[in-house]
Amino acid sequence: MRLITRRSIALGAAALFLSFGATQALADRTLLNVSYDPTREFYKEFNAAFAADWKARTGETITIEQSHGGSGKQARAVIDGLQADVVTLALAGDIDQIANKTGKLPKDWAAKLPHNSAPYTSTIVFLVRKGNPKGIKDWGDLVKEGVQVITPNPKTSGGARWNYLAAWAYAAKQLGGDETKVKEWIADLYRNVPVLDTGARGSTTTFAQRGIGDVLISWENEAFLVQKEFGADNFDIVVPSLSILAEPPVAVVTGNAKAKNNLDVAEAYLKFLYSPEGQKLAARNFFRPVDPSSADPADLARFPKVELVSVDKDFGGWAKAQKDFFADGAIFDQIYRPTN
Amino acid sequence: MSVLPSSLRQPSALPGFGLALGVTLAALGLIVLIPLTALVLRAASIGPAEFFKIASDPRTIAALRLSFGTALVAALVNTVFGLLIAWVLVRYRFPGRRLIDAAVDLPFALPTAVAGISMAAIYAPNGPIGSIAQSLGFKIAYTPAGIVVALVFIGLPFVVRTVQPVLEEVETDIEEASALLGASRLRTVFQVVLPHVYPALLTGFALAFARGVGEYGSVIFIAGNIPLVSEIAPLLIVIKLEEFDYGGATVIATLMLAISFAMLFLINAIQSWSRTKHGNV
Amino acid sequence: MAMSDRVLPLAHTPERANSETALTKVILIGLAVLFLVAILFLPLVTVFIEALRKGWGTLFESFGDPDTLAAIRLTLLVAAIAVPFNAAIGLAASWAIAKFEFRGKNLLLTLIDLPFSISPVISGLVYVLLFGAQGWLGPWLQAHDIQIIFAVPGIVLATVLVTFPFVARELIPLMQSQGTSEEEAALLLGASGWHTFFKVTLPNVKWALLYGVLLCNARAMGEFGAVSVVSGHIRGLTNTMPLHIEILYNEYNFVGAFAVASLLAGLALFTLLAKTVLEWRFAGEIAATARRH
Repeated sequence: MRLITRRSIALGAAALFLSFGATQALADRTLLNVSYDPTREFYKEFNAAFAADWKARTGETITIEQSHGGSGKQARAVIDGLQADVVTLALAGDIDQIANKTGKLPKDWAAKLPHNSAPYTSTIVFLVRKGNPKGIKDWGDLVKEGVQVITPNPKTSGGARWNYLAAWAYAAKQLGGDETKVKEWIADLYRNVPVLDTGARGSTTTFAQRGIGDVLISWENEAFLVQKEFGADNFDIVVPSLSILAEPPVAVVTGNAKAKNNLDVAEAYLKFLYSPEGQKLAARNFFRPVDPSSADPADLARFPKVELVSVDKDFGGWAKAQKDFFADGAIFDQIYRPTN
Repeated sequence: MSVLPSSLRQPSALPGFGLALGVTLAALGLIVLIPLTALVLRAASIGPAEFFKIASDPRTIAALRLSFGTALVAALVNTVFGLLIAWVLVRYRFPGRRLIDAAVDLPFALPTAVAGISMAAIYAPNGPIGSIAQSLGFKIAYTPAGIVVALVFIGLPFVVRTVQPVLEEVETDIEEASALLGASRLRTVFQVVLPHVYPALLTGFALAFARGVGEYGSVIFIAGNIPLVSEIAPLLIVIKLEEFDYGGATVIATLMLAISFAMLFLINAIQSWSRTKHGNV
Repeated sequence: MAMSDRVLPLAHTPERANSETALTKVILIGLAVLFLVAILFLPLVTVFIEALRKGWGTLFESFGDPDTLAAIRLTLLVAAIAVPFNAAIGLAASWAIAKFEFRGKNLLLTLIDLPFSISPVISGLVYVLLFGAQGWLGPWLQAHDIQIIFAVPGIVLATVLVTFPFVARELIPLMQSQGTSEEEAALLLGASGWHTFFKVTLPNVKWALLYGVLLCNARAMGEFGAVSVVSGHIRGLTNTMPLHIEILYNEYNFVGAFAVASLLAGLALFTLLAKTVLEWRFAGEIAATARRH
């Protein structure tokens, strides 16, 4: 019996250690921001700026914990109990899901902050290889024979949904809104996709590192970042004639923030996004600020003028777009039906 | 549940059966069975009609066929080469043997995502092996062939490490006896030595196969992930999850689980049958 | 890697009694090495080349990063809990399965193997279904302020599940081939059950046990898919080394990502080296163990 006793003591000790480890994190005031993929560089700078600002105003040292991943995956983690104080995701649909499934934030969360709770916006552009060897100028060139297009799977990537909607908007305009033809056009587009990665960053690496494909459909901020990271002499950015206004929203997960006694700092954190300093940092990290007045003009000059459609006006909002295009068996799934 | 009625087992002189089995069952129940029950119940909760709708969806079937097919091919490749490598490691002495012996376990240690990224880099059209394949007119990365390559990597140590210890145990006197009786070397190897190894080889095959079916991390980087062509079943599960469709995800998970369980059970049964047949090998 | 590459020793010339001809040996070794180079060594070499792309200085710098250190600590902690636990269970399971005949043995064996075949994604998912906020025990856990998933306990549980069969699977075939005669003899000579286990059974299987523990440990440290589902990916808090690698990679910090990966690969090579040295050091003893049965 000697061994059993020893083993059970060891197990007990392990269990005690575990529960200690689980509760220990509550000692300091820490704020958890659950965000999506392409915001990593931005929030790294922004968190430092906010912590300094908060310290100056209240004297309190605040630690900001940061989690990044695909937007849908992150939303699911919050639904399953990840204790996020604020969520800063790729699209409103994902925050809607959190509101619906957990009730931890009000259904009208988007009305709590200015500009639909989107402190910065972005759009969708093309990244092509230096000199644009395939001569890609607009969406129409993407469905041509022999052009390989890299875009992630809209089922798993928030960015890919914006890509898809921008392409759809272009086709709808070109084809006069004939839905059957638009569907065929979209199917042609995805037939030119040789690799369907699960996230925007995955697609970027496939295109930039692996050398696959002629054109990457990408977040604007991501395209700039690729030029910065992989060298501007390797890639060109092509701005299509029509794109989409991508509004990545932010919200306080009130239920969590209240439970963690963080409501004041969580609200201040999001407000700081709208402050001159926050807006300036957003512009520096290739996001289009909603209030450009305080941003560095050199940063702003990088953003090209482009005609933009919007999800709310042109697709009837995220809930409808999700149901029409990306839900199980909806239009995107129909593209990949067996042909025989 | 700690002590089984003694009628369920044959009498033995050894003690500790109840304790050993009890501990095993308790851990198995807590770590494996209760969580899996939660999974199956969740899948069952969506009702039979919906279950069959998801299960018979062409994409589900294509993904399952791809996952099981590539895992089968990879496991067969590993069975042949795993046996070869185990044989070479156990029987021959050559420079670099210890290095190879040590490296066989790498696929366990290297995070699957890193393995996938590295293999995509090697087998992509601009990689060292991928470019050779390209010039020969075929593609490896971003096709089902790429999935097989990744699964061969993932499964190799299972075969080698299961066969190796058993091969080490095989005594050389029976080989000498066989040779003295006039058998050719080839015949000795295949009829005297390898029968001792077959049960372990079968286990290794089963483990490599089972592991390959569910592999996710390394495959998604090299597969291409095109629906109906190179979309594996675990990816389909992830896609369902991202859609907040837990029902659909658990249905596919349950299907995979049921098929894997049936295959593993069959292989274990064959093995125990062959052990009874060949005696206490 | 085509299967047709396989060449069998088909020589008809008279052969030495219990060994292949030199040519056959060279061909077999060559084939094995070629296969390993394509499948195993190239990915490994890629990891180290990428890690050293910007020189040793950058490599060591990335080890000093506090988030990286936190990831290493967490990985070690998880392995330190999961591996001994699975070793103990593996010993118990192999004793019951290898030394006794009982009904339902194949079922038990299959259930032990099952975690191998569960997709890592599912291994994580099942704990979300149990302990997640929307899961069975979620509300109760929340009411008692216990955090299991998106915290260390969830990561440990997922790792234990994924590595559950490793030790048992190493031990069972060996113990089955060894039979029960030695234990029976020891008991006949008056040794107690525990005494028999520690003095007879354990020494007989200690090398397989070591293999099992090493493999279990390597897998525990390298697990990605399952841990990814239950981690929450909070920097410096719930990221294990593989998850941290993913993060660095996604931040275009390829050197940093492969630096941590090379650390894991190096760690594996080191433990395997230790195993080799042990084997070499105790070669006589291992041979003696093998000869006894």
